[in-house]
Amino acid sequence: MTEQTTFHKDTWELYKSLEMSKQLTSGPTLAELADDHPEVVAMSSDLSKPTGLWPFAKAYPDRFFNFGLAEKNMVTAAAGLASTGKVPFVSTYASFLGVLAAENIRTAVAYPNLNVRLIGTHTGIAMGFYGTSHHATEDISITRAMANMTVISPADGVALSEMIKESVESYEGPIYFRVSRGREEPVYEKGERVQNRIGKANILRDGSDLTIIACGIEVLQALRAADQLSEKGIEARVIDMHTIKPMDEQAVLEAAQDTGAVLTVEEHNIMGGLGSAVSEVLMESGVPCKFKRHGFYDENSLIGKPYYLYKHYKLDADGIASVAQEFLNK
Amino acid sequence: MTETTSIPKEKIDLIKEKAKMSRLETIRMISMAKSGHYGSSFSSSEIFATLYYHVMNYDPENPRWKSRDRFVMGKGHSAVGVYSILADVGFFPKEELDTYTQLGSAFGDHPDMNKIKGIDFGSGSIGHGLSVGVGMSLGARLDNEDYRSFILMGDGELQEGQVWEAAMSAANFKLGNLVAIVDNNKVTVDGNTAELMGIEPIKDKWESFGWNVIEIDGHDVETLVDTFDNLPAADSDVPTAIICDTVAGKGVSFMEHGYEWHVANLGEDDIKRAIEEIEGGQ
Repeated sequence: MTEQTTFHKDTWELYKSLEMSKQLTSGPTLAELADDHPEVVAMSSDLSKPTGLWPFAKAYPDRFFNFGLAEKNMVTAAAGLASTGKVPFVSTYASFLGVLAAENIRTAVAYPNLNVRLIGTHTGIAMGFYGTSHHATEDISITRAMANMTVISPADGVALSEMIKESVESYEGPIYFRVSRGREEPVYEKGERVQNRIGKANILRDGSDLTIIACGIEVLQALRAADQLSEKGIEARVIDMHTIKPMDEQAVLEAAQDTGAVLTVEEHNIMGGLGSAVSEVLMESGVPCKFKRHGFYDENSLIGKPYYLYKHYKLDADGIASVAQEFLNK
Repeated sequence: MTETTSIPKEKIDLIKEKAKMSRLETIRMISMAKSGHYGSSFSSSEIFATLYYHVMNYDPENPRWKSRDRFVMGKGHSAVGVYSILADVGFFPKEELDTYTQLGSAFGDHPDMNKIKGIDFGSGSIGHGLSVGVGMSLGARLDNEDYRSFILMGDGELQEGQVWEAAMSAANFKLGNLVAIVDNNKVTVDGNTAELMGIEPIKDKWESFGWNVIEIDGHDVETLVDTFDNLPAADSDVPTAIICDTVAGKGVSFMEHGYEWHVANLGEDDIKRAIEEIEGGQ
């Protein structure tokens, strides 16, 4: 059993939070790639430590640019750098990247189809009591509406690291990575075999009664919810749909055909996010199935410690299991 | 400003001639489209011509040449004034300009780097240009290249907050290879800049952000040439802002200073008059 960190209620002081943010692996991963890939540079807006870029910044100070509190300038400058052949990784809180700098992402990064990699951290309600301004429950919707943009919400640090590597070694075009606070418990083991490939969903558990499609921090909670459901005789397939765009449509359609019921779970407004993306695939396919989106129901999230918030919004394992049971009328 | 340049008179005449060509082509293209940005193209004509016929290093045969100087228009709505120059220097055949604004054309009211050879970065959303330049100049530093990034901005553009984020960062990153050119034509869509949202004192603002600031007449080719010839070295530590005093609609008497001509369509008589005035101009 891994250490309970995701929803631990006593550890929200900032300094402890930094120590516990082990899943924010972008910095170490980029530092590892740096020697072989001189084109990799990184930038942050005064948040290189909380976003996990710091190990790269420390090891390669000449290739790290701190833009201060100026996200729009940072994103557009990243586009300028990319136009000279660099692959810039830009990281700050998702509320200030995917939301605040949305127009810059659209106009300067997505439209020219540049190799800028945006990493929005502390998504959804991970910032808890910092307040609704710091919550990001719209960023999937915003970025996925941009042509050319790939949108990825990895389940943990291993997944983030694997897909960052792929993005440097073999992927062209802009990517918006959406990652949580880094203190979530891991889903994947670090190993030789690549487990997360951009655009290919991971089926983590099989079941015949229901499919739960989740992304990001909700993947592990969905797995735990499936365990609870299993005890009640409901067998749930669990899919980690880390790449929301382009979506692995085959995984969605097979799930609908095989299990007849699909529940999406995301730390995002149900409008425009993972659930919407899955519903688009389902509706256009004509494959009949029961369907429900779970997340924030077009509401602004409350202030509170994340421990309580995830429970309140039924985005922890217990909550997801109860939503699933209600959905199946069981 | 006194003439200190040693550049041959033929070169100065050529630049003036090309500025004239840019204005005439602008009239021709906008007449085809029935709408476009005259005023702010004309205020930049000498700047465009000086950059492309004297200042910048580029290779029309190899538009993405790594070591080329970069030019970005923060005020992308002046693109129509540059298209004819890009064609003239050889980036693409001049006939392609005839497609201006037509369905599927590469040439719209704002420049598109994806579609037009010679456009180093697209624009249209006012306020991005200088940030792009910051990124390009950082790229030059990382690659030990000595090219410069020239960013043309309108005075109205200085109302965008992002410009000052970029200005701050350029000084902080010591980007002496970055040159901001402010086309201070003093009008925006709705009226005169000073009345709408004053931006003065421009020089003090740039200086307080840590920039080397030069104020010149933006229509005086000799002065433009001299200024660009004497820029601080690209490997110096302080970015340079050249504030060009210009006239919106310059070269056509009934357009000069008028914000009404920011976006407009001319009738046949007006077109004739405008062409005559431009051809007869300096």
